[in-house]
Amino acid sequence: MDPLLGLLKKNARESDATLAKELATTPEDIRARIAAYEKEGIIRAFQAVVNEDRLETTDVRAVIELRIRPEREGGFDRVATRISKFPQVESMFLMSGAYDLLLFVKGQSLQEVASFVSARLAPLDGVLSTATHFMLKTYKDQGVLMESEPHDDRLQVCP
Amino acid sequence: MTTVSKSARDFVAPHVRGLPKSGIRDFFDIVAGRKDVISLGIGEPDFQTPWHIREKAIESIERGATRYTSNLGTPELRQALAGYMRQSFRAEYDWASEILVTVGVSEAFDLAVRALLSPGDEVLYHEPCFVAYAPLIRMAHGVPVAVLNREDTEALADFAIRHDLVLISDEVYSELTYEGGRFSMAAIPRLRDRLVFLNGFSKAWSMTGFRLGYVCAPAPLTDAMMKIHQFGMMCASSTSQIAGLEALGHGESDIEKMRDSYHLRRNFIVASLNEMGLDCFMPRGAFYVFPSIQSTGLSSQEFALRLLNECSVACVPGSAFGACGAGFLRCAYATGMDQLKEAMERMAAFVKRL
Ligand SMILES: Cc1ncc(COP(=O)(O)O)c(C=O)c1O
Repeated sequence: MDPLLGLLKKNARESDATLAKELATTPEDIRARIAAYEKEGIIRAFQAVVNEDRLETTDVRAVIELRIRPEREGGFDRVATRISKFPQVESMFLMSGAYDLLLFVKGQSLQEVASFVSARLAPLDGVLSTATHFMLKTYKDQGVLMESEPHDDRLQVCP
Repeated sequence: MTTVSKSARDFVAPHVRGLPKSGIRDFFDIVAGRKDVISLGIGEPDFQTPWHIREKAIESIERGATRYTSNLGTPELRQALAGYMRQSFRAEYDWASEILVTVGVSEAFDLAVRALLSPGDEVLYHEPCFVAYAPLIRMAHGVPVAVLNREDTEALADFAIRHDLVLISDEVYSELTYEGGRFSMAAIPRLRDRLVFLNGFSKAWSMTGFRLGYVCAPAPLTDAMMKIHQFGMMCASSTSQIAGLEALGHGESDIEKMRDSYHLRRNFIVASLNEMGLDCFMPRGAFYVFPSIQSTGLSSQEFALRLLNECSVACVPGSAFGACGAGFLRCAYATGMDQLKEAMERMAAFVKRL
């Protein structure tokens, strides 16, 4: 992987000038590479990782395991694409193992998520079963710890 | 009849009294306790020791593996070290008689000079350098002779052979090289009988507090160092040896991650220093840069003190690493990018004001 992508995944707000220094190139080159990645659809978005637990909201998040029936043509794709379009679905993956799709879903309350599952997902043609797990606390999200690491306790000057 | 009793100070042996304190220590005292300082004075990785290594150490304590080990170090660790030397440098060392596990490279160096030097023997060493070399040579009754060497390793090997010298090679940073290719003096076969190879776990695996190092040398030399080690130290910490074994066995990818990160920081800090007009060589390994501050007209000491007082950025004056370090500054980049960025901004503003 291009190290530029690694750096942007860690901090998408890093300045072009700093990225250029780290990668021993010019800011113009950095801007051109990012533009190309966006055009090719490799970079899909730049987002903040927010600790939702710290926000004063009643939002709830759940993980849903879905078993679906593959179709003769196209396998899982048609049903999966349809499900991924629900705005409630934040992330979604095709999985190997005991179920087929893993959904990360967000709603304003337990009831809302529950009714999304029972009224929107379960009745869909091709959905065989669902299992919903509500999330209680976030420890780490997208590689980012939600609690800051303990203070740097190294000596301030050493050989 | 009255006798004047000695003060505590008088009990100290004159040659120890005369030993200058480390320049690093002086600077540490100045920085210590100050708030909001960004320190580029830390010659120690900022990464946590990889978790699987810490976990192995914890598990060994739970299991009660807290006894003395063989003076030389546990057979498992020495065998793993022999394998590492073979794999990394094609160097063959007999684990039973040619490898000694020590309390860091620091002890390994101390053992080497104490085992090798007769009073008055001269030791050629490069400056600027790690602060411990000259004092430890003096404590071993040798005479340190600083040289500035630009020779490459092959020329150094020829020199040692031509003059029939023993060569001590401290390779504690050998895993942290950025332009590809790991190199070691141990990879030069003609040096084998005169090489004392030192390495350790502090830098490669971010294990400084474990205090674990080792020396590889021909059996008679290892045996001599072992005599001193066995009486002075008994053995390296058993917990650390277990952690070291885990690092050697499963720590390849840890090093890679940290190395990649240092690599980017190095590029960043060198580019930033050159941009602000402080001439800086691009080092190919370790995690230090040594920019010249001669263009500012300040001495290294003045520059470092004013930078600390006016901008709360701590760098060590180059002169702490030998007289030829005067006019330079030592900045360690074993510190997160956010702090490096802030430090470079403050430093650029400072240099502009001068
Ligand atoms: C060149 C060099 N050798 C040896 C050491 C000490 O290593 P250890 O922690 O293994 O004693 C250091 C530490 O800063 C060093 O820079």
